[in-house]
Amino acid sequence: MTAALKAGVVGRRILPRHAGWIAAAALVAALPAGSALSLVATALGGSLEQWPHLLAYVLPDAVRETAALLIGVGLFVATVGCGAAWLVTACDFPGRRALEWLLLLPLAIPTYVVAFAYLDMLHPVGPVQGAVRALLGYESPRAFRLPDIRSMTGCILLLGLVLYPYVYLSVRAVFLTQSAGLLEAARTLGASRREAFWRVALPLARPGIALGVSLALMEALNDIGASEFLGVRTITVTIYTTWITRSDLAGAAQIALVMLALVSALVAIERWARRRQRFANAGHAPRRWEPRRLSPAKGALAFSLGMLPVLFGFAAPAAHLAVQAAKRVAENGLSDQIPREILNTALVAGAATLVVIALGALVAYAARLAPRTAAPGLARVATLGYAMPGTVVVIGLLGPLGALDGLIAAAAQAGFEAQLRAPLIGAGIALVTAYVIRFLAIGVGGAESGLARIPPAVDGAARTLGQSAGGAFLRIHLPLSKSALAAAALLVFVDCMKELPATLLIRPLNFETLATHLYGEAARGTYEDGAVAALIIVAVGLLPVILLSRIGATRTARATVSATLGDAPRGPVEVSPAH
Amino acid sequence: MAIAGRSMRLVLAGMIAAAAPAAAGAAEVNLYTTREPGLIKPLLERFEKETGTKVNTVVLKDGLAERVKSEGASSPADVLMTVDFGNLVDLVDQGVTQPVTSAALENAIPPQLRDKDGQWFALSMRARVVYAANDLDLSKITYEELADPKWKGKLCIRSGQHPYNTALVAAFIARNGKPAAQEWLTGLKANLARKPAGGDRDVARDILGGVCDIGVANSYYVGLMRSGKGGKEQEEWGKAIKIVLPRFEKGGAHVNVSGAAIARNAPNRDAAVKLLEFLVSDEAQKIYAEANFEYPVARSAQAHPLIAELGELNVDDTPLMTIAAHRKEASELVDQVGFDK
Repeated sequence: MTAALKAGVVGRRILPRHAGWIAAAALVAALPAGSALSLVATALGGSLEQWPHLLAYVLPDAVRETAALLIGVGLFVATVGCGAAWLVTACDFPGRRALEWLLLLPLAIPTYVVAFAYLDMLHPVGPVQGAVRALLGYESPRAFRLPDIRSMTGCILLLGLVLYPYVYLSVRAVFLTQSAGLLEAARTLGASRREAFWRVALPLARPGIALGVSLALMEALNDIGASEFLGVRTITVTIYTTWITRSDLAGAAQIALVMLALVSALVAIERWARRRQRFANAGHAPRRWEPRRLSPAKGALAFSLGMLPVLFGFAAPAAHLAVQAAKRVAENGLSDQIPREILNTALVAGAATLVVIALGALVAYAARLAPRTAAPGLARVATLGYAMPGTVVVIGLLGPLGALDGLIAAAAQAGFEAQLRAPLIGAGIALVTAYVIRFLAIGVGGAESGLARIPPAVDGAARTLGQSAGGAFLRIHLPLSKSALAAAALLVFVDCMKELPATLLIRPLNFETLATHLYGEAARGTYEDGAVAALIIVAVGLLPVILLSRIGATRTARATVSATLGDAPRGPVEVSPAH
Repeated sequence: MAIAGRSMRLVLAGMIAAAAPAAAGAAEVNLYTTREPGLIKPLLERFEKETGTKVNTVVLKDGLAERVKSEGASSPADVLMTVDFGNLVDLVDQGVTQPVTSAALENAIPPQLRDKDGQWFALSMRARVVYAANDLDLSKITYEELADPKWKGKLCIRSGQHPYNTALVAAFIARNGKPAAQEWLTGLKANLARKPAGGDRDVARDILGGVCDIGVANSYYVGLMRSGKGGKEQEEWGKAIKIVLPRFEKGGAHVNVSGAAIARNAPNRDAAVKLLEFLVSDEAQKIYAEANFEYPVARSAQAHPLIAELGELNVDDTPLMTIAAHRKEASELVDQVGFDK
């Protein structure tokens, strides 16, 4: 360690500083990069003859629908997410503490589940319209119907309702760590509370908003189930159609790559736009905001307002599921497979979560240690998997994994004369790898946002006091980013648990998870037949949500955020204007 | 190197230990399927009981061919089972099947419902039929007539890109040629009551809900709904509709199949063939008809009463392979007329 330090000081070294960290980050980034490259290989294997057709008939609409969906969902989740985060951090009212974690609940509901639940409830023959007709005295749905939820607007609202917690979670974490001094300074300088929110708190929360919104949008982009129910034809649906209906995997890979490039470009533009901003803690321990105590009437109003997303994003669909599940259990009993499936789900989701958080922290730290090397670029590469639909990730993964499986099987045959059949896929390693690639972006993003709030001066201090880069990582950076990492871990776990396309495609024989059980029931009947499994997914998803709200409440309260302009954020705290 | 070699051997040994139960057992067969677990479970349980052969399953949605292909020579897959003849043809095209000769299979399944080289075999059939509101005065209809402007704003159907629909369009092309098919799809599109979305059962639900009067869907859903197997609500949907068995102007009803193939690198080939033979036995064909309301393929078997009462199925005589050849064209046509827009 001292040798490495010395080498750094003297500057005469064979390997660049932090070569080990960069190499490790490169290894991690190789996972999604490999999946993407395999996709490139698949794409190159096909002809380009589909493109004139796609450009003439498919893509103009698909791009328009995708853009409308993303803009709509983006605005919805940003508004609801930021609004909710501000409500529970800046105001104090009865029920605020409960609301803090209630607002996370919609996370537990998969997009395909919320879509079928709402279609059921709001269908002309469903309970809501039935009640409206009874109220208005209409006999049959032929006489009176409300507008169909199967539309772009319906899709935006439903996806927004279950995806806003991504923004709420990350923005609340930022608000919780913003220093009171900043807002007080703004108030002293004549800003109203509202102005302080719009001009100080919100701009400073930009990394959190960007992270949350981009996570939500990737989820929206990757959704196929809800789109199928609601008749929205995104590019993802085009990829899927090309592969399944036209049996053109190469063509599907080509579209997926174009989409991947577009998404990466958007993310890069957002990062570039705030390239000159730094959002770090002040070195001293600051005070937290003091939430403003609201009058009883206003408090009740605030609570009701905060409950709206919970009601529509969680309570209503969950209640519908509960009713449907109760019916199914009364009719058919409870499947004896369910405990086993819960265990399987927890095992693969838990394993993937651990790996994602560990690798994500490693990559983010490497980027921090060596900002002028390839490391930050590697961190971006590591997040590639999130911009690809789950099915596409696995298709990219199948080639390399299958080849590896073949090698292992051949080695086993040669060394032990043992017949191994698809060992990586068979042991579930392939499934966990697919989750890791798919959700690594959440781990990297979580670790980055955690690390961003630790002033670089801390690194210097730790190193001066004799810590190696690894020592500082384990003893300083990890503990300080604990709440951000815990938040990321929650998201990854819940996402893995809900994940369907990759799980279906690459799981071992005789291996069922809650999501595949749900699919199995739904494929035979309708989605209501999967209500029991859906409800359990929701219930299991709630545990980490509640766990998280506890971590968030205690840990982050002590830290602060400030922002400084320029490259050397070590000076006195400065407030950066938004743009 | 020696250490690396030894640890490599240890890892391998661990993997072998982990994988042993799946690889070593004598009487086993591994089934990769896209069919619903609830449907195939009674079939497999019966097979296990009768033969003592254990069936290991993985249920997939899409990508059956891709998975088996990537697993290559070490793939544990024995039997590949899926729906839609297009998917069966794809399995053959991707090179993941092997030919089988079996007197039992050939005797049970009519020649037009299996590959001529024995690369795949149909196990059950379903017709693409018309659901209509009960109060509608309609007893017969052709697929062509669905594009009649008199149905304007009254037609429900799932996405035109769903394999069930592209197969129907492909059959239409095979029957009437591409220009006629384009005109037909344009007419169909003009008649839609809502965006093409959801599943086949949504057609019945939407007819009950007053969204539309008429729609296109698969035959077995009628049995699933009316039998009450899908619960009380679906029973009501099923009762809100009547079924008209449509035909092409110059032909019969469009029929699709579910079927199976033996995997190219099947480790348990004999057991796999036995499983296929069991699936076309009278006993298994009866389960197909009773549990999922499909038309059995075996000449000797009967359809479920709820399906038989829909009327005599007059299967269109266009060969499945001819229809399969028009699938891509059909899918592109669906895009060209903006059917799903």
